[in-house]
Amino acid sequence: MGYLGGFLVTVRQHGKRNRVTTEYSGGRMFRRGKKESRDEKIEKPERLHGRHVLNRYEDGMEKCIGCELCAGVCPAKCIYVRGKDNDPANPTSPGERFGFVYEINYLRCIHCDMCVEACPTEAITETKLFEFSFTNRRDAIYTKSELLVDDSGKPQHLPWEDWRPGEDLHTSGWMRATSPSGDADFEGVVAWSGELGYGVRAAEAEQSERDRH
Amino acid sequence: MTVLSFLAIDPLLEGDLLWTPLLIVLMKVLVVFVVGLVATMLMVWFERKAIAGMQNRIGPNKAGPFGLLQTLADGIKLFFKEDLLPEKADKFVFRLAPYLSFVPAFLAFAIIPLGGDFRDGNGGFVTWFGETTRVQLADPPVGVLFALAISSIAVYGIMLAGWSSGSKYPLLGSVRASAQMVSYEASLGLSLAAVILVCGTLSTSGIVDAQSSIGSWNLVATGIVPFLIFLVSATAELNRPPFDLVEAEQELVGGFNTEYSSIRFALFFLAEFMNTITMSAFIVTLFFGGPQPITIGDTTLDIPLVPNGLEGTVWLLLKVIVFLYIYVWFRGTLPRFRYDQLMDLGWKFLIPASLGWFMLLAAQRLADDRGWDQWIVVPLSLAVIIVAFMMMQLAFRASDRNREAEGVQF
Repeated sequence: MGYLGGFLVTVRQHGKRNRVTTEYSGGRMFRRGKKESRDEKIEKPERLHGRHVLNRYEDGMEKCIGCELCAGVCPAKCIYVRGKDNDPANPTSPGERFGFVYEINYLRCIHCDMCVEACPTEAITETKLFEFSFTNRRDAIYTKSELLVDDSGKPQHLPWEDWRPGEDLHTSGWMRATSPSGDADFEGVVAWSGELGYGVRAAEAEQSERDRH
Repeated sequence: MTVLSFLAIDPLLEGDLLWTPLLIVLMKVLVVFVVGLVATMLMVWFERKAIAGMQNRIGPNKAGPFGLLQTLADGIKLFFKEDLLPEKADKFVFRLAPYLSFVPAFLAFAIIPLGGDFRDGNGGFVTWFGETTRVQLADPPVGVLFALAISSIAVYGIMLAGWSSGSKYPLLGSVRASAQMVSYEASLGLSLAAVILVCGTLSTSGIVDAQSSIGSWNLVATGIVPFLIFLVSATAELNRPPFDLVEAEQELVGGFNTEYSSIRFALFFLAEFMNTITMSAFIVTLFFGGPQPITIGDTTLDIPLVPNGLEGTVWLLLKVIVFLYIYVWFRGTLPRFRYDQLMDLGWKFLIPASLGWFMLLAAQRLADDRGWDQWIVVPLSLAVIIVAFMMMQLAFRASDRNREAEGVQF
């Protein structure tokens, strides 16, 4: 067929059921109880970087100590933190200080996870929630009232987020993406940190094993 | 009486004026305009759906049934967007340009026979309210020339849009557009000349009338080559893929319409798709018998339950949809041409080929008139054309070698 063979390739695709599109409409259909196929969420990658949460310890204390390392390391300068001394009688965090103001501007955030790596107390981690919805620039700044987890370690279900069963899993654990000493061959031995309410996640499969899929 | 003459309705002051012809013309204008807009809307939807099918996607399916209202939603969005006017733009020309490309797109549609009863020597006339008329807004005796003229005016819209934007990429895009459209206009006109030669008329309804069966379709009567050349040149003339160098995103951001937004951009967008529809209808008119029903030998395919007057419209619609699909198919299949390839194809292949074929048809007609033997004249002319074409190729190669020797690289 020569040059014209390409025309057959395209026309043959009509009616084939190998579509890659999943129909996701932000949960509108899901909430109305429509068929799952009309509003479907694909399985998210294990290391997806989504919205942040501020974690708590088992006793309900906030992990954030207001050290501002996350703000300092942020390449997009989207984090604003102000620390304050704890009230000795009624402390918010186990340390000397706590994060009094904690704001993330999601118009700037590039979800690089540097803040998570910089945090000395694993206070800030990223969930896999990705629905952001704001109609003005003020609303794009999430404050502590949106970011802080509840007492059982679950992130808050914000009204515009489309949660499906299992959506809130793996929110507070984190893992290092590169080896601590910068070793390029470092693989397969990373583990996740423990998570409040969920325990410890199983380690990822080794690189060679993952490549097989 | 005075009012009528003032309105130039009855310029010869003969009186006896009937309002029906005027109303019919007004109705036709309205129908052509509205049909044009709605057809464009559906064409955008059709293109997105069809190309999605070719690329294993779904395409628009949220707005309205099967996503039919997606274009309407996009149009409303464009209406309410901010209308930006670049500081360096030539304000008047910048505002004028969208209309220069939008108006010709609709004007060209006026000469397409949109239906009518072409059977049994009816000549496409129908009777509405006691008035015998064509299902066509206007039927000038120079219809084909009118279409060519209008399609050249559309170049101004694109050229001035790029020039007046006061920005580099739009200017480059519009320079490309003018060069491309002017080049391909030549082969478009020459392949059209073959049709005119065979039909002996410039009027579009006359051309349709001459194609009463498949054997006399100009596709067959002109020997397919003019049709193929016309199809390729028309694609280039429309700036559609694979010839959409005007808006080559990788090189030119958005091409000539980069600086346009809001409703002005919508006008360009509309004109582009409107032109696609018009050109498909024009191809059908020229080569596939327009609203003529498909007739093989003596048997005419008849659509049951549809009156003859309306059946023409149905046939035209079916034929046009085939060509619209072909344009979408081109877009889904072919990668974009490089600019020098585009110019080579236009000037070194399509123009000589269409000119050669036109000469062949002319020779064949001359032989017919003079009573010469067709079996000698046609092969002889073909041989001459092939020899000439090969000599031209030799010349091109020689010039390539010379350029290389001079160290010019392209």
